[in-house]
Amino acid sequence: MKRQALTSALLRPQFAALAAVLFINWLLFPGFFTITWQDGRLFGSLIDVLNRGAPVAILAIGVTAVIATKGVDLSVGAVMAISGAVAAVMVSTGTPASIAIPVALLAGLVCGFWNGVLVTYLDIQPIIATLVLMVAGRGLAQLITEGSIVTFSDPLLSYIGTGALLGLPMPVVIALVLMIVTTLAVRRTALGLLIEAVGVNRSAARFAGISSRLLLLMVYSFAGFCAAIAGLIVAGDIRGADANNAGLWLELDAILAVVLGGTSLLGGRFSIPMSVVGALIIQAMNTGILISGFSPQFNLVVKSAVIILILVLQSPQAGQWISRRFTPLTPPPKRSAE
Amino acid sequence: MNRALRPLLATTAIFLLAYIAAVLQYPSMLSTRVLGNFLTDNAFLGIAAVGMTFVILSGGIDLSVGAVIGFSTVLIATLIMWAGLHPLIAFAITLAVTAGFGAVMGAAIHYLKVPSFIVTLAGMFLARGGASVLSPDSIGIKHELYTSISRSYILLPGGGRLTVIAMIMLAVFILGIVLAHRTRFGSYVYALGGNETSAALMGVPVARTTILVYTLSSTLAGIAGIVFSLYTSAGYSLSALGVELDAIAAVVIGGTLLTGGYGFVAGTFIGVMLQGLVQTYIVFDGTLSSWWTKIVIGGLLFLFILLQRLVFSAAVPGKKGFGPRKKAFRKS
Repeated sequence: MKRQALTSALLRPQFAALAAVLFINWLLFPGFFTITWQDGRLFGSLIDVLNRGAPVAILAIGVTAVIATKGVDLSVGAVMAISGAVAAVMVSTGTPASIAIPVALLAGLVCGFWNGVLVTYLDIQPIIATLVLMVAGRGLAQLITEGSIVTFSDPLLSYIGTGALLGLPMPVVIALVLMIVTTLAVRRTALGLLIEAVGVNRSAARFAGISSRLLLLMVYSFAGFCAAIAGLIVAGDIRGADANNAGLWLELDAILAVVLGGTSLLGGRFSIPMSVVGALIIQAMNTGILISGFSPQFNLVVKSAVIILILVLQSPQAGQWISRRFTPLTPPPKRSAE
Repeated sequence: MNRALRPLLATTAIFLLAYIAAVLQYPSMLSTRVLGNFLTDNAFLGIAAVGMTFVILSGGIDLSVGAVIGFSTVLIATLIMWAGLHPLIAFAITLAVTAGFGAVMGAAIHYLKVPSFIVTLAGMFLARGGASVLSPDSIGIKHELYTSISRSYILLPGGGRLTVIAMIMLAVFILGIVLAHRTRFGSYVYALGGNETSAALMGVPVARTTILVYTLSSTLAGIAGIVFSLYTSAGYSLSALGVELDAIAAVVIGGTLLTGGYGFVAGTFIGVMLQGLVQTYIVFDGTLSSWWTKIVIGGLLFLFILLQRLVFSAAVPGKKGFGPRKKAFRKS
């Protein structure tokens, strides 16, 4: 029974897509799957895909929860810049990283909470509510760094971006832990069910006794928290905070990852591990384009082609067309009582 | 007083107050030179914002306008400098391409029943990617027409210059106002934004209107691209980055309801001018850094969304709600 569930999960189109992208990468670059052990950690293109995909995967985990409530969070890229800026400025002025990191995470949580307040208490559409922080957030990050790129050499903070644990790069470990903890939190408790209920019909959920406001506040705060973690990783990776470019356009990648993972933008059914797979598909495409020698500009064209393909496949019209096309004209055989 | 005009009046009042406050601090801001530059510097934003107003009025959103502007500048530059075409032919080709692009997006939104947000996001990737595939580097445009257009202007009393691109923007705004308030298409757009189902039941051609709205928005983004290339005399794939957000902010600040069906093209003009005022003030001040622009615009955006909430919750309940209106749950 369990095994059957696992095989059916692995047969999902997302895994097929990931396998196809990885296969194309392998055709382009035969050493793609080679993984070597060096200096106590793993090296290889595959590890690189995981490592580079980790920030988007972490963002996608938070955004999945938001999208499941029929919302969207455009501000995660700006929140990344804010948390990176907070941590970098605190560390470079002599605060120990053990204090700077929690403060940066708290900053992300506060940003998410602000979005949540706008969505729940002021009843503003999520796109617009989070647009405010997307526009102003990057300005705030620049205000914190005073417009310059703040660099640091703190070992703990750069360990988050570049270190390794048990041979795996630290960002991968963080993303994996976050994915497992979040999945358990939503699937082993009623939380996931409540989120889906709010996403399908907020008023009905409220009438059913779900405290939708509290839930939405939690979900948006969680998205901000995830963005803060991703911001710390990106800052630790380059040992600096670049308020202008940290997390730029990553909100769109995160939303794309969630959509690729099969979570509907209209709320309801969601899957956090599948969103992570979506993030890996995006990163595998990016890496593939890079190693194939095309200019990185093709990234955007390929990405848009993939979105268009998925939109067409997911649309109800295409579903009707396919079912009309592939169902036999003869009436379906009646199911005999076996 | 007509209640419907309240947000527009509020925006205008805030703009005038902000301008008076700025003039009291820096008297030299009250000159036709500054006003002329306001118009010239924000011409491309204004033109794109007119298209965005129509899209938001119809209940959608268009995230692709900035990318379409960037794509247009590159296309114009390649057509003029590499293909050796006359700028006017290049403009015509660009407008045809952008109009087609918008029509396809509109058709995808209507027929595939996908949220406009996602379709135009894909459009944004496609346009930016297409532009950088055409040319990743900036291409300078050298042509007599460009130099003569950038040299010609109407001298305003007080030494200000009303440039050609500022006049194009003003013309687009006037046409937009007429289109929104005096034509059948305009009322279709309002009806669609109010409620798509009832609009369809009333006989509004929903498919045609949706496609036309996005075609209009992309075409105006193409015109904005032409203006941008005249303004900078170059084509660059990364130009006008994030202009869609500025345009959305201008529309919202101008008092258009984000859920659609309610708003004014003229309000968008004030919204664009208010953003220009913030930028000019920061330049005049000199000590404030450029990032304050983003923070102030974000703050203004928040303020106006809040204002809309207050105005509409003060309105007759149930008539025009912002989002789903809560109904008292009664056990009968």
